[in-house]
Amino acid sequence: MLIKRKRMTITEIKNDIIEEFAMFEDWEERYQYMIDLGKTLPLIDAQYKTENNIIKGCQSKVWVHADMKNDKVIFTADSDAIITKGIIAILIRVFSNQHPKDIIDADTDFIDQIGLKEHLSPTRANGLVSMIKQLKMYAIAYQTQLN
Amino acid sequence: MVSEYHFNQTSRNFALMLNVNKIREDFPILNRKVNGKPLVYFDNAATSQTPQQVIDVIVDYYSNFNANIHRGVHTLSQEATDLYEQARIKIQKHFNAKYSHEIIMTSGTTHSINLVANGFSALLKKGDEILVSALEHHSNIVPWQMLCERTGAQLRVIPMNQQGELILSDYDALLSEHTKLVFVNHISNALGTINPVKTIIDKAHQVGAAVLIDGAQACPHLIPDVQDLDVDFYVTSAHKICGPTGVGMLYGKEAWLNKLPPYQGGGEMIAEVTFEKTTYADLPHKFEAGTPNICGGIAFGAALDYMNAIGFENIAAYEKELLDYGTQQLLEIEGLKIYGVSENKTSVISFNIEGIHPYDIGTILDKMGIAVRTGHHCAQPIMDFYKIPGTVRASFAFYNTKSEIDALVNGVKKAKMMLS
Repeated sequence: MLIKRKRMTITEIKNDIIEEFAMFEDWEERYQYMIDLGKTLPLIDAQYKTENNIIKGCQSKVWVHADMKNDKVIFTADSDAIITKGIIAILIRVFSNQHPKDIIDADTDFIDQIGLKEHLSPTRANGLVSMIKQLKMYAIAYQTQLN
Repeated sequence: MVSEYHFNQTSRNFALMLNVNKIREDFPILNRKVNGKPLVYFDNAATSQTPQQVIDVIVDYYSNFNANIHRGVHTLSQEATDLYEQARIKIQKHFNAKYSHEIIMTSGTTHSINLVANGFSALLKKGDEILVSALEHHSNIVPWQMLCERTGAQLRVIPMNQQGELILSDYDALLSEHTKLVFVNHISNALGTINPVKTIIDKAHQVGAAVLIDGAQACPHLIPDVQDLDVDFYVTSAHKICGPTGVGMLYGKEAWLNKLPPYQGGGEMIAEVTFEKTTYADLPHKFEAGTPNICGGIAFGAALDYMNAIGFENIAAYEKELLDYGTQQLLEIEGLKIYGVSENKTSVISFNIEGIHPYDIGTILDKMGIAVRTGHHCAQPIMDFYKIPGTVRASFAFYNTKSEIDALVNGVKKAKMMLS
């Protein structure tokens, strides 16, 4: 899947993703796509895969690292479970390389629209709910630096 | 009594006495579709499903008998009290306790364990030792750690081997005059291993230690005879045995229950109250503060009636067939490894596929309507022992079928194909 390098707004990226997922006919295609995303994308520099950056879900582990460049927050992340990693890839595509304020204001309703709602339910214990919270916390922290 | 050794003596005759198609008609939930597929429910070790016979008792209670118990002079209250106390007697008879007041109704296994742990905080001192097995559920580790912090007693662990069995020679070496309590589960929730509890209890008694057995995973498969085991405390939850959630029991020998102080203060548990002094009620009410889960208690009794009507010998024999079939079929998948391979185990298969995270397998299975448990099963020390993040756990009950196992095997093959 092509990821455009020209910076898009969060809403534009979300709409792109919704459009892409609309092409899939059933759950198998959706999941195969996420699995492939999870397999191919290098999401985090090994040096940031530390205990400090870990978000412990009950089942899969998630690592998140944040940096600010040119007033934009750059997120990298990873997981030991591949489907979780695929969803992380989607989340990173939406949230990374954006202004802190836009990240703070963004919601994750699009996950519902692309049929992956169950992965963000609080019972899911895969660390993704905590991960989104963490992304927002980073954004808030960086926003304070900009003020 | 169905002894722990029964599992090695499978008889096909027993299995023929269990008509699984007829039994499945008792469970309305088994007709459900999940993600568009017929539900295959293999998370029985987490909670069992509820038969119509038990659901009817719950509906009947709220439709006809709902009242607070033990204190009303009116007819409804008396009828509800009778039903509740009849349930206690059913539970007593089922577990062969000597007296019905040795059965304390609790909210479940965890509550029961905390009740005993709290009671022992008054009896332990620095230098005393508590032994727990390496096969424990978190609920059977944390209360003892808290107890040790409060009393200065030390927690020691009975180790396990690669097969997932406790190493009894190490247990012998750990036992001493310092040992005050031994806590072991009857059957491991993560691996299904049946522990030799009778031997464990006898040895603990030789050094004067008390024993608590967590029977949450055992009671769906066998009938523990608490007098024959000579166990000091035995705990379980109703929701693993076709009963509702939020109710369970603590069996304690009368002498021990008299020795332990009450756990919670409140209504029901007092005999007389003045501002100077309160006299506690007799057993079992001393440990049953507040309004209990009345309906749950009555339904617990109904669940035991249901299971006994099918017969635990039939259940055990049929589940053994499912276990053998499932083990054989799953092992044909290349790269699949089963954890917990004791000769003495119940119908639980905990497994992984090389290079694939259990969470991913569970997620794909769910899309196919198959409910399994993934993760560390609240038994992280066991996962650390095998150096794995968790397992996929399929646990079978007497209402499952071989064709459901076929669906699981196909699902795992598909998950493997998608994820490799």
